[in-house]
Amino acid sequence: MMLVIKLACSQTLSLWRAGALRVLVLALVLAVAAITAVSFFTQRVASGLSQQGGLMLGGDMVIVADHPVTQGYILEAQGLGLDTALTYEFPSMVVYQESNQLAQIKAVDSNFPLRGDLSITRTGAAQGRSVDRAPNPGEAWIEPRLASLLEVKVGDTLDVGEHTLRVGAILHNEPSRGGNIFSLSPRLLMNAQDLAATRLIQYGSRVRHQLVLAGDASKLNQFQQKVKPLLKKGERIETVRDARPEIKSALDKAQQFLGLSAMVSVILAMVAMLLASMPFVKQSLNSFAVMRCFGAQQKTLLCVLATQTLIIAFFSALIGVLVGFIVQLGLAQLADNLFLQRLPQVSLQPVLVGIAVSLTMLTAVVLPHAWQMRKLSAVNILRLETLTQPISAQAKFLPAAIAMMGMVFWQAGDMNIALATVLVMAGMSLVVLIAVYGYTLLAGKFFSSLPAGNMRSAISFGVQGLKRRLGLSAVQMVGFSLGLMVLMLLALVHGDLLRNWQASLPEDAPNRFVINIQPDQIESVSQFFASAGIKDTEIFPMVRARLTKHNQQVVNLEQFETERAKRLAEREFNLSWATKMQSDNQLVSGKWWTQDELDQPYLSLEQGLAESLGIQLGDTLVFDVAGIPMTLKVTNLRKVQWDTMRANFFAVTPPDVLNDYPASYISSFHLPAGRYAQLNQLVKTHPNLTVIDTEALLQQIRTIINRMSSALAYVFAFSLVVGLSVLYAALVATRDERVVEATLLRVFGASRRQVNIAYITEFASIGLLAAVVASVAANLLAYFISIKILGIPFEFNLNLALLVMLLAATLIPMAAWLSLRGFLNVPPRQLLNSI
Amino acid sequence: MIQAQDLYYEINHHHNQLRILHGLNLSITSGEQVAIIGSSGSGKSTLLSLLAGLDVPTRGNVLVNGQLFSSLNEDGRAAVRAKYMGFVFQSFQLLPALTALENVMLPLQLNGTANARALSMAALNKVGLRERTSHYPKQLSGGEQQRVAIARAFATAPAILFADEPTGNLDHATGQMIIDLLFGLNKEAGTTLVLVTHDVELANRCERKLQLSQGVLTEVGQA
Repeated sequence: MMLVIKLACSQTLSLWRAGALRVLVLALVLAVAAITAVSFFTQRVASGLSQQGGLMLGGDMVIVADHPVTQGYILEAQGLGLDTALTYEFPSMVVYQESNQLAQIKAVDSNFPLRGDLSITRTGAAQGRSVDRAPNPGEAWIEPRLASLLEVKVGDTLDVGEHTLRVGAILHNEPSRGGNIFSLSPRLLMNAQDLAATRLIQYGSRVRHQLVLAGDASKLNQFQQKVKPLLKKGERIETVRDARPEIKSALDKAQQFLGLSAMVSVILAMVAMLLASMPFVKQSLNSFAVMRCFGAQQKTLLCVLATQTLIIAFFSALIGVLVGFIVQLGLAQLADNLFLQRLPQVSLQPVLVGIAVSLTMLTAVVLPHAWQMRKLSAVNILRLETLTQPISAQAKFLPAAIAMMGMVFWQAGDMNIALATVLVMAGMSLVVLIAVYGYTLLAGKFFSSLPAGNMRSAISFGVQGLKRRLGLSAVQMVGFSLGLMVLMLLALVHGDLLRNWQASLPEDAPNRFVINIQPDQIESVSQFFASAGIKDTEIFPMVRARLTKHNQQVVNLEQFETERAKRLAEREFNLSWATKMQSDNQLVSGKWWTQDELDQPYLSLEQGLAESLGIQLGDTLVFDVAGIPMTLKVTNLRKVQWDTMRANFFAVTPPDVLNDYPASYISSFHLPAGRYAQLNQLVKTHPNLTVIDTEALLQQIRTIINRMSSALAYVFAFSLVVGLSVLYAALVATRDERVVEATLLRVFGASRRQVNIAYITEFASIGLLAAVVASVAANLLAYFISIKILGIPFEFNLNLALLVMLLAATLIPMAAWLSLRGFLNVPPRQLLNSI
Repeated sequence: MIQAQDLYYEINHHHNQLRILHGLNLSITSGEQVAIIGSSGSGKSTLLSLLAGLDVPTRGNVLVNGQLFSSLNEDGRAAVRAKYMGFVFQSFQLLPALTALENVMLPLQLNGTANARALSMAALNKVGLRERTSHYPKQLSGGEQQRVAIARAFATAPAILFADEPTGNLDHATGQMIIDLLFGLNKEAGTTLVLVTHDVELANRCERKLQLSQGVLTEVGQA
C-alpha cells in the first residue's frame, strides 16, 4: 500500500512539474469553483428566501385555521424549540365619534412579528420607522387609509367592539399581509390581550386564526411532517411557497438564471477536462507501459491510477472550494440588501458537494483509461503501441458524457432546460462531424482546381489537417463550439433575456390598485387619471361569481387533492370581460373570441388555475352570479405574467355576456411621486373607493431583479473564464501532435511560412466552422429558454453571430499560432530529440 | 538461465497467417553475453520480447531459471521481470514527465527498494550524468537519454539485461560510447546480456552470436 501511495504521489508530482496536469487541474478547479460558488450562494439565497417569505408571513410558517388553533400544535412547536405567536384576523366596524368604517382587524401576540419588522409613522409620512414589536395593550395601529376615512390622528381613541383603543401609530408597512390583497379592508392592528374586552369573537364569528412559527429549518420540517397528517378540516399550513405570487415568480426566474449559469460552467469545465485529460492520459499510459515492462503488477498500476485520481481530485476540489467560497463572497456582496435581513452564514454542505463533484468528474474521465490499461500488455511498449486505443472513442467518452448529463440535470433543476441542453449538445456533436467532413470534401475539391504553388499547397495541407485528425478535430471543434455556444448564450441571456426581464417591470409599472369603482364613478376616476397626468390606464369590470359545476358535476372541495386547488375552488371568482386579450397575457391554447362572438357564453381561463382545478379546453363551467346560474364554455387558456403588477384576471368572458350583472370596476396605475394629494382628494370625494398601495411590493420585486441581475452578471463573467479555459485546453490537447507534424514538415523542407499558413488555415477553418455551429445552437437554445421557459420574447441577434464568427476565425488561429510559435522557431534537429 | 523450447510465433495479417518464428530452440547460461543478429523484420525484437515475457509465443515454452515462464499470466511474468530483468530500448523509453533521476528511480520504486534515490544517483554517476539528474528527457541529447536508460537498467542490479538495438537511434561515435558503457557495466555486474542488433560490429563484442533468419536461429560461432 505504501508503495502505491509513494508511486502515486511521486508520479503526480512529476506530472505536475512537467506541466501535464496543469490544464486538467485548472479545469477541475474551475468546475468545482463554479458549482460550489453557486451552491454556496443559492443555498444562502434559499435560506434568505424563506426568511423573505417569513417576512410576508410574519414567521417561517403559519398554520391557518377557521377555528381556534389546536393547543397540541402549539405544544408540539414549543417542544421542538420553535418560536410561536398567535394572531386573529376578522372584519369589524371601527367607530370614531360619528364616523364608522369596516376594517380588517388583526389582533396579535406581543412577540409578533417573529420575522421582519413592522414599520410605523406618527404622521402618515412616506417613510416609516421599523419596530420589531406589536402594539401595546390598549393601543391600535391603523393604516393611513383608515386614518383618512375616519379622519383620525395619532392620540385619538377608536371603538373596536366594546373596547376603546388609543391610536398609537399609523401603520406604514405590514409585510406580513399575505393572501389576497384585493379582499382586504383597511387594517387595524391591535394586541391580542385586548381581544376579550372587545367581545367581538363569539361563537360563529368569521375569524382567521393563525399560529405563526419561526425557527430552524430542520425543526420546521420536522414540525410540518408531524402536524400535516393531523390537520383537521379548515386547517392548513402556509409556507413561503404560498406567499405573494408576484415575488415568488421573480425569485423563481432569478433562481433559474443562476442554475443555468452554474450548468453552463459545469458543461464548459467538463469539456475542458476531457480535452485536458488527453495529454495526461497519454503520459500516464506511457508511464504504466514502462512500469509494466519493469515488472509492475496490473493491480499495482490500477491502484496507482486510482490514488492519483484521488490526489488530483481532492486537491483540485480543495482549491476549487476555496475559489468558490471567495467567488460567492463577491456574489453575496452584490446581492447584499436583496433581503431585508442578512444572508445566512454558509454551511459545510457545498464543500462536500465540491469534493464529490471533483471526484465524480475526474473518475468519469479516467475510468475508460483504467479499463484500457487493464488490457495494456508490456509488449505494446516495444512496438510503440501505447497510443493505440483498444476501446472506441464513444466508449472512452461515455462515462464523462453520463457524468456531464447527470450534472446538467442536477444543476438545471428543471427537466426542460436540462433536456434541451443535452439534446443541443448531442445534436451539435453530430452537426460538427458532418460539417468537418463536408468542409474538407468541398475545400479539397476547391483547392485542387486552383493552380499549383507553395501557397496553395500550404493552405490545402492545412485544410486536409482537419481530415487527417478527423476524430481529434471533431472533439476539438465540439469543444470550441460548446465553448462559443455557451459564451454566445451568455451574451444573449445576459443581454437580451435579462433586459426583457427587467423591461417586464418598467419604472412606471403600476404601483396603486383602485378597486370598488362603481359604474357611475368611472368618469370621475378617468378624470382623475387625466388631471394627474396618468396615462395608459384601463378600467376593468369585475363581477363576483362562485364556481358551482364543472362539466355537469357539482364542484365538491373534497375532490381536489391540493390545498391550492381547494382554496381556488372555494373562493369567489372575479369574472371580468374584455373584447381583446390584455397585452401582457399570452394565449396558450384555444382561440380568442372574434367580433361576432362577443355575446357568446365563452370563457378564457388562466392556465395555472385551469391546471390546478383540472379544467380543460372545451369544458363547461357553471358559475353562480348573484344567485343566477350562468353556463360558460372554456374556449381558450392564457398565460398571465403576474409580476407585471397590472390588474389581471383568472377568468374573462366576452363583453356582452356579463352586461346585465352587477359589476364593480378595478384599475391599476402608476402614481408619480408627489401626486399623493390628488389621490387623497379622489378618495375623499369617493369614500367607497379602496386604493391599495403596492409601491413597497413593487420595490421589493424591483430590488430582487436588480440585485439578482448584478449577481448573475458576475456568475456569467465567471463562466466566461471557464469558457476560455476550454479553448486553452483544446489547444494544449493537440499541441504535441502538431509539434511532431511541424517538425517533420520542416525536416522535409517546408519553410516556416508554409507551416504557419498551414496551421493558421486549419485553425481558422476550425474556428469558423465551430462559430457557425455555435451561433445556430446558441440562438436555438436562447429561443427555447426565453419563449418556453422564462416566457419572455426573443429576438435573433445577427450582429452577435457575425461578430463571433469573425472573432473565432481570427482569434483561434492566432492563439494556436502563439502556442506553436515557440516550436516553429527551434531548429528541427533540436525538436527531433524531444519528440 | 533462459531456455526457449520449440518456440513458434505467428500473427494474423489481413487474414494471412504470418509465421515469424519456426520452432526455435535456445539456451542461454548465466553471465553469458548473447547477440541476436538479423536483418530488419527478421523477428529479432519479437524473439527478445518473448524471452523477456513481454509477449507470449503461439506455441512452445520459455523457461527462466528452470521455471516455466511463458505460460504465466501477464502479472506472473511481470513479477519475474521485476525480480530478474532489466531493459534498454532503441527508442530509450524514458518518461517525458519524469526527470533523469526519477526515470532511474521508477523500477526501484516499483520493487519497493528502500534507498531508491541513493542507488539511482549512484547509477547516474556511473554513466557520467551526475550533473544532469534534474533534467527532463527533452533537455538531454539522444546519447544522454540512452545513458539514463542504461542507468535505469542497471540500477536494479538485474540478473538478465535485454537490450533492443541500443545504438539504433544514435550516431556512430555516441553509439560506440554507449556500447563501451553497456559492456563495462555488464562486466562489472556479471549480468547475463541478451542483445538484439543488426550491427555486426556490435554483435562481435558479445561472447556468442546467433543469426535469426526466416524464423530460424543459427549459431554463428565464437567471437
